[in-house]
Amino acid sequence: MSPGRPRQLAFGVWLAFRGGVTGWTRLALTATAVGLGVAFLLLAASVPNLLSARDARESARVDYLQDLDRRGDDTLLLGRVDTEFHGVAIRGRLLQPEGPAAPVPPGLTALPGPGEMMVSPALAELLSAPGSELLRARLDYRVAGRIGDEGLSGPGEFAFYAAGDRLAGKSGVQRLNAFGETGQGDGLNPRLMLLVVVAFVVLLAPVVIFLAAAVRFGGESRDRRLAALRLMGADRRMTRWYAAGEALAGGLLGLAIGTVLFLAGRRLIGRFTLWHISVFPADARPSLPLTVTIAVAVPALAVVVSLGVLRKVAVEPLGVVRRAGQGRRRLWWRLLLPIAGLALLAPLFGGRADTHGQLTQVQVGGGVVLLLAGVVTLLPWLVEAVVRRLGGGGGLSWQLAVRRIQMDSASSARLVSGVAVAVAGAIALQTLVAGVRSVSVQDTGADLSRAQVMASLDEGVTFTEAKEITARFAATPGVRSVTGNATSIALVADADQGMPFIMGTCADLREIAEIARCRPGDAFITITTEDDPEPPRPGQRVVVEGTTWTIPATATPVKGERSPDGGAWRGAILVTPEAAADLAAKPLRLLLYLGLDPSEPDAVELVRNTAAEVSPLMRVYGIQEVQVDDRFAGILRGILVGTVAILLLIGTSMLATTLDQLRERRALLATLTAFGVRRAVLTRATLWQMAVPVALGLVPAALIGTGLGLALLVMLGLPPHVGVANLLLTVSAGAGLVTLVTLASLPVQLRLMRPEGLRTE
Amino acid sequence: MTGEAPRPSTGQAPLLSARDLRKTYGPTTALDGVSLDVRPGEIVAVMGPSGSGKSTLMHCLAGIVRPDSGELRYRDRDLITASDAERSALRRSEFGFVFQFGQLVPELTCLENVALPLRMEGVRRKEAERRAAHWLDRLDVSDVAGQRPGQVSGGQGQRVAVARALVTDPAVVFADEPTGALDSLNGELVMRLLTECVEQSETAVVLVTHEPSVAAYSHREVVVRDGRIRTSAGLSR
Amino acid sequence: MSVSHTLLALLERGPRHGYDLKQEFDAQFGQDRPLHYGQVYATLARLLKNGLVEVDAVEHGGGPERKRYAITAAGVSDVEGWLSRPERPDLYLNSTLYTKVVLALLTGRDAATILDVQRAAHLDLMRELTRRKTRGDLADALICDHAIFHLEADLRWLELTGSRLDRLADEVRR
Repeated sequence: MSPGRPRQLAFGVWLAFRGGVTGWTRLALTATAVGLGVAFLLLAASVPNLLSARDARESARVDYLQDLDRRGDDTLLLGRVDTEFHGVAIRGRLLQPEGPAAPVPPGLTALPGPGEMMVSPALAELLSAPGSELLRARLDYRVAGRIGDEGLSGPGEFAFYAAGDRLAGKSGVQRLNAFGETGQGDGLNPRLMLLVVVAFVVLLAPVVIFLAAAVRFGGESRDRRLAALRLMGADRRMTRWYAAGEALAGGLLGLAIGTVLFLAGRRLIGRFTLWHISVFPADARPSLPLTVTIAVAVPALAVVVSLGVLRKVAVEPLGVVRRAGQGRRRLWWRLLLPIAGLALLAPLFGGRADTHGQLTQVQVGGGVVLLLAGVVTLLPWLVEAVVRRLGGGGGLSWQLAVRRIQMDSASSARLVSGVAVAVAGAIALQTLVAGVRSVSVQDTGADLSRAQVMASLDEGVTFTEAKEITARFAATPGVRSVTGNATSIALVADADQGMPFIMGTCADLREIAEIARCRPGDAFITITTEDDPEPPRPGQRVVVEGTTWTIPATATPVKGERSPDGGAWRGAILVTPEAAADLAAKPLRLLLYLGLDPSEPDAVELVRNTAAEVSPLMRVYGIQEVQVDDRFAGILRGILVGTVAILLLIGTSMLATTLDQLRERRALLATLTAFGVRRAVLTRATLWQMAVPVALGLVPAALIGTGLGLALLVMLGLPPHVGVANLLLTVSAGAGLVTLVTLASLPVQLRLMRPEGLRTE
Repeated sequence: MTGEAPRPSTGQAPLLSARDLRKTYGPTTALDGVSLDVRPGEIVAVMGPSGSGKSTLMHCLAGIVRPDSGELRYRDRDLITASDAERSALRRSEFGFVFQFGQLVPELTCLENVALPLRMEGVRRKEAERRAAHWLDRLDVSDVAGQRPGQVSGGQGQRVAVARALVTDPAVVFADEPTGALDSLNGELVMRLLTECVEQSETAVVLVTHEPSVAAYSHREVVVRDGRIRTSAGLSR
Repeated sequence: MSVSHTLLALLERGPRHGYDLKQEFDAQFGQDRPLHYGQVYATLARLLKNGLVEVDAVEHGGGPERKRYAITAAGVSDVEGWLSRPERPDLYLNSTLYTKVVLALLTGRDAATILDVQRAAHLDLMRELTRRKTRGDLADALICDHAIFHLEADLRWLELTGSRLDRLADEVRR
């Protein structure tokens, strides 16, 4: 008798598209909002591919797994010449083919010829930029070509492949006949993994809420429309399908807009480098299962939400009867969600969670979702409970606002639930990250007053050469002090044991051990603790750089001191060159500690250039007092950026809802103005109307967010830690949003308040 | 009295038959035992002061509101026990509605509004709009077919509403103060066109109005006061 | 307005002297035009002759003899017939209708029914006029409209009176 569901659904879609200017505006608003959410979801869905594409490229160029003994037609000598310039990390490799079939790394079509290098686009740009003179001097090769995308981890990577020269036999140089690995790299550390899980949940929850809010745009006129259809004979089931069809239209259009937004945004993505990570637009491919999920879930969500809204109203032929609002909101079921969330998280509090387990990740993710959902369910109750107690006293604007909220506290609560969840999530995440960070920051024991930079040369120099190199560094502008050691490993004969062998002048050795008396020809042994392997003994025969050598019987035990980088030599053999003249002529490793003049800003760069002159293979690195896993700083920044982005997203939905409400009250506004109510009063009423629920939303959001963050910290066995600054920053971002939305709605409001608004129909 | 109205024979079986309908809304009694028959092609005016229960009576007869007790049949169907879906189906195919205002969907054009009931029945869009155009023409509002209800005058809007009520060729049209928002001239036009149309198609009309000049288009009237129908029969009964 | 029907209906409440009848008539309906004694006695004589009233008792006092009249069964049914018969819808008939309503209230009959009957009569005429209007030319329409609007005014009065019957009953019975 009645047409089938698909036809009713299609009819609903048709209705949605037949809206005239207002209808189109509403549909466009919904679709754009859904589109923004979809674009965001698609981006999130691209992360797996993004990571795997990056992993694939990185593992294709892996060059540290092989070190062949024999040269051949197909072998290549490779030296690592990574450097840094003004804080930019540059990946560098020297390549020296040993035969015509030498492997070519991914991204190159041919190996660089003598004196040439291939550079990544980012490095090419950096090299040609003004102010890069020192870098140009350091990388003194002719640029012969670009490294292709397949050879880079991302479009923003700084990298070069330069022709190597006389690399054979040098320590630290590898011989390989192929690039790449078949295995996989080590994944993220489990704590970081947990962080990523929580971050995804926290970032996506507001997007879902936002989607749900977007579907409600123009709900009242839709209700009127449905009532008209009811009168004409639509039964309740048909009405629901029509409504579902209308929501579906918004959802599908939003899906299309989201796809377009995502594709457009993807082209821009290559231009940004975040946390030293840049991605190729082509890699931002949403994973198929996730894309299918989004394509199905978003329209489905639109339908489910609109049906859920309809559940609260009875669309009857004579109009719409609201079922909600009768009787007080009950608290108990609203507490179910957060309690369920806590119940999921509670077993993990016991101690360190098995953060590797997938089950645990699901448990944590689920718990976080439920707790955040709790914010959404609790908010209407809270808003109502508080607003009911608010008096109509105070100014007229306050009275108008309070009475309006009291009339429909649910929609006020809905308006801010997105903000509340975003803020709660962000605060939880920040608390967690800040907590993890406070532990990851470790004191390295370095003494920066002695040296700020280390330089090392693994390729092997004689002691004389070492002294010469030391002198060159001492002559570099900005270098105040240089301490150098020539080091090697002393192998115990017939035993699989090695101990550090350090050759230096008395002055050099004093930097690393408490030596009271020292003359050329002396030797020392640093004492060990119980944990250490067996210490060297005077008179013991060891093999150093292939030469058998006996530790002098006169070697005296001394206490090793911390070197400037914080390490301590224990169980090491310290000798003056005179004590081992044979070995002084052998190629030894050079380790330099450099003290720099803080007034020379480019001192480090100059030191790096000197190092490059000595040998491209010489490495220079800074000594840090504290070692920070600097991913965390980036993550904290990222959270803030994400939160602001989501708040802006929510802001658009709040603005749309506010404009919708204003339009519906057009006649009332105009009447009030005609009465002589000042516009400022009405404007302030709008501000209050939004500010009161937002304030009510932010307080529990901050509490739940902090609580959640602390709970996660406890779960990880980390000390609780609350970052007040970040908390305030996030909360004020939420508050700022209200002001922004009010300001943005002002022009429309002022226009609606003109007495011409009285003219209706 | 001069001339007898061309009244349908009273011998025919009633389309709608209500017996002792009662309906209360909370403490207010809207209907307090109302009985009424509506026969095919008959125009019945339901009169009475505001709040007398005349709209409630119409809503009950149309299957929009379910009475608390009593008997109510449309042809051989029991409207008291009918489900919402069954009653909705009746509204869709057998009934038409003209209200004082607000029954047109503001987002749709007048033509689309008139075609709406047909489309809900599953008629293809082309065909539905062809039939809708025919009815707009009969009600002399073809010129506003492409406009939205907000853009046309009140009189035109009501005529569009009448067209929409008649487009499904219903057996009964329920009209609730159809001229309530119109001036005399426009009200007259709407009533004249409505009665002309139903006369040709033998459609019954339940016409709720408090205006005698509108009720004058009916074949007979019933007066509702305090939820009860006043009979105009003898005094001592 | 029918004086004979009015006096007859007043008698229905109980036997009265002619003088008392005049007093009562004047009190209820004679606001602008009190009834003459002569008209009262002439009317009573006619009613007596038609058998609608009878002489209940004669008093002999100091002055002229005083007859007390009572309504007969035929008189009651005559009153009933008159009350339930709608007046021909005409202009300015509210004084008659008013009388009927008051009498119905005084004699304990259902005054609302009088209004209903009258409304039906009015509406019938309006239907007739409406039909004539829709079939005729503009001149017909204008003439009919004039009549329709006047009838409509009567109908408004009927409606309003219907809503005020309770108050009116209180006042006339006081």
